Amino acid sequence: MFAIEVKQILKAYGNRAAVNNVSFDVNQGEIFGLIGPNGAGKTTTIRMMMDIIKPDSGEIKVMGEKLNDGSKNKIGYLPEERGLYKKMSVMDTIIYFASLKGVDKVTARKRGEEMLKRADLLPHQNKRIEELSRGMGQIIQVIITTIHEPDLIILDEPFSGLDPVNTQLLKDMIRELKNRGKTIIMSTHLMNDIEELCDRLLMINKGRAVLYGSVAEVKSKYRNNAVLIETKGDLTGIEGVTGITPHNGALELKLDANTTPQMVLERLVKKGIVINRFELSMPSLTEIFIKVVGDEHE
Amino acid sequence: MNKTLLLIKHEFVNTVRRKAFVILTLAFPVIALLGLLAAQVIPGMITPTTTIEKVGYVDKVGIFTQGLTEYKTELVPYAGEDVAKTALTDKKIKEYFVIGPDYLSTGLVQRYTLTSEIAPSSTVQTVIKDFLLNNLLKGNSEEVIARAKSPLNIDSTTLTAAGTPAARQGGFSALILPYIFSILLMMAIFTSSGYLLQGLGEEKENRVMEILLSSISPRQLLAGKVLGLGAAGLVQIVVWLISANFLMKIASSTWGNVIGSLQVPPEFLILGVIYFILGYLLMAVLMAGVGSISPTAREGQQMSAIFTLPVVIPIYFMGLIMEHPENVAVKILTFFPITAPITVIVRSGLSEIPLWELLVSISILILSIWGLFILTTKLFRTYLLMYGKRPDLREIIRSFKEA
Repeated sequence: MFAIEVKQILKAYGNRAAVNNVSFDVNQGEIFGLIGPNGAGKTTTIRMMMDIIKPDSGEIKVMGEKLNDGSKNKIGYLPEERGLYKKMSVMDTIIYFASLKGVDKVTARKRGEEMLKRADLLPHQNKRIEELSRGMGQIIQVIITTIHEPDLIILDEPFSGLDPVNTQLLKDMIRELKNRGKTIIMSTHLMNDIEELCDRLLMINKGRAVLYGSVAEVKSKYRNNAVLIETKGDLTGIEGVTGITPHNGALELKLDANTTPQMVLERLVKKGIVINRFELSMPSLTEIFIKVVGDEHE
Repeated sequence: MNKTLLLIKHEFVNTVRRKAFVILTLAFPVIALLGLLAAQVIPGMITPTTTIEKVGYVDKVGIFTQGLTEYKTELVPYAGEDVAKTALTDKKIKEYFVIGPDYLSTGLVQRYTLTSEIAPSSTVQTVIKDFLLNNLLKGNSEEVIARAKSPLNIDSTTLTAAGTPAARQGGFSALILPYIFSILLMMAIFTSSGYLLQGLGEEKENRVMEILLSSISPRQLLAGKVLGLGAAGLVQIVVWLISANFLMKIASSTWGNVIGSLQVPPEFLILGVIYFILGYLLMAVLMAGVGSISPTAREGQQMSAIFTLPVVIPIYFMGLIMEHPENVAVKILTFFPITAPITVIVRSGLSEIPLWELLVSISILILSIWGLFILTTKLFRTYLLMYGKRPDLREIIRSFKEA
């Protein structure tokens, strides 16, 4: 069973399709990245998954069934537009939102205390939300998102507005949730976060799915026919190499269409060149992102 | 616990804990009680004048011989107007009056004072009247004279067709009760539906809405808010009704002879509660609709005037409603959902409202509430998460069709 199955959903506002025929599945226990530029349709897709807005057509299944009151309690959702009641105290806020997910008061308080303690926020539990810093508020929101021990956690732009310390704290929290077998879907426009955390990804642009698969698959699909080597030897006159450019302390060798990296390696060894490092040159997701989005623009 | 119940509890507790709510709920009984106490205490504090005022008079008829001293006033006869005028300008007397020679046919009495006033004080009028009556009725028994001074002490009773005393006896209480109650009802409805509007606006501004909607459906959210705040409003109106009953007892014991005993008829209370609930529910769903389409609490407040102003309309037509309850306009006000609560409260204090009219009015209210509730949940789905932009009428109508 998939954690989420999305089949050909479509949502239009007026004449503009915000999400156009998008399909994807999310496996249980993985971190799934939803990436795309601003306004690509990530939030609309997530809101449809949460049944906050209804798709014009298409089907969404959460844990094998249509979303209902019971399955809503198994999801933790951190929206992109998020905030808390300013006048409520931290602990009251946690207990109230936990109660809406079906957690009783005693359990909510106990878990809330544990989670606050881990985030070093326990001394603030009786403060009002408006007295906290923005970053603290965001961590409280993440606690609220996960207090009911959901199986599926959806985080929309979780790192926006966080300083490096809190970003690291949140990344650790996400990894820990994965280790405990939770499924996590996170949307972001920052590719580094995806590369660092995600197993698989879906890239959408202008409401359409443009890339879908494991991070490794996507990268290899977009790899340029090139190798990176570190060497002090003379690289001139090697057959099949069309160009050499320095790349982060190493050299990137562009290969012609008939040459594979294996062939280049053989040729280098034959010439007796000492190689300290040899690897396939993989584009970063950022480069892929820019390439795909750029192509779409043309 | 059911999620709607949780929301109801949350909204209720948060509202009754608000300082503004507590102050408003207590303000009415406290201010009224203070008013009553003041009315009892202040007259005792005014020290009665100990000196006896002298009022001169000139009798040109010749029968007003028997002087009078009452209410700290002494009447002093003068032979002629000139003497009296001198006495006045010399400040020997406060004022004087002249009983003209044709008094018996005209009743004309000329009065002269040094200070200008709106009208002669009631003391002076009583003194002069009693003086004239004493002399006019000379020779009659004191009892007759006393009766002539206060000839009528009316006590009327309205009978039903069966000849038994009717529940509504009219009078001062029939006027004042509907008036006070319609204002209280209006305040209670406005307070709680106002909190609803404000709450939605704050949740939009704080961006809490989407977190809420990830746990509950728009329908649960709307129902929870409307009922939770409604329960708070009901507490408010019950506090007011109970204290009104109590205050009226005090008022009746103080001024019972002036205003008659003020009593709240039980069916009046029942109608009051029914129409509070219905009136509130109607306003609440309307406010929720307004709140969902307005980006900020402030903008919502401005837009809500479209619905709050018509609620007050029956107050302007109070005269018409009281004097001509059979008028077609009054019927329309009774049936139109927004004006119905106040109209019915005003009418019910005065006369029996035909049962069919009540049933029609209540049915229309319930149907409108239900219809608006469904439309508002549709608006909720579409606009609760739309920040910063208010949709125009065409977009709203389209979203009714789409959602």
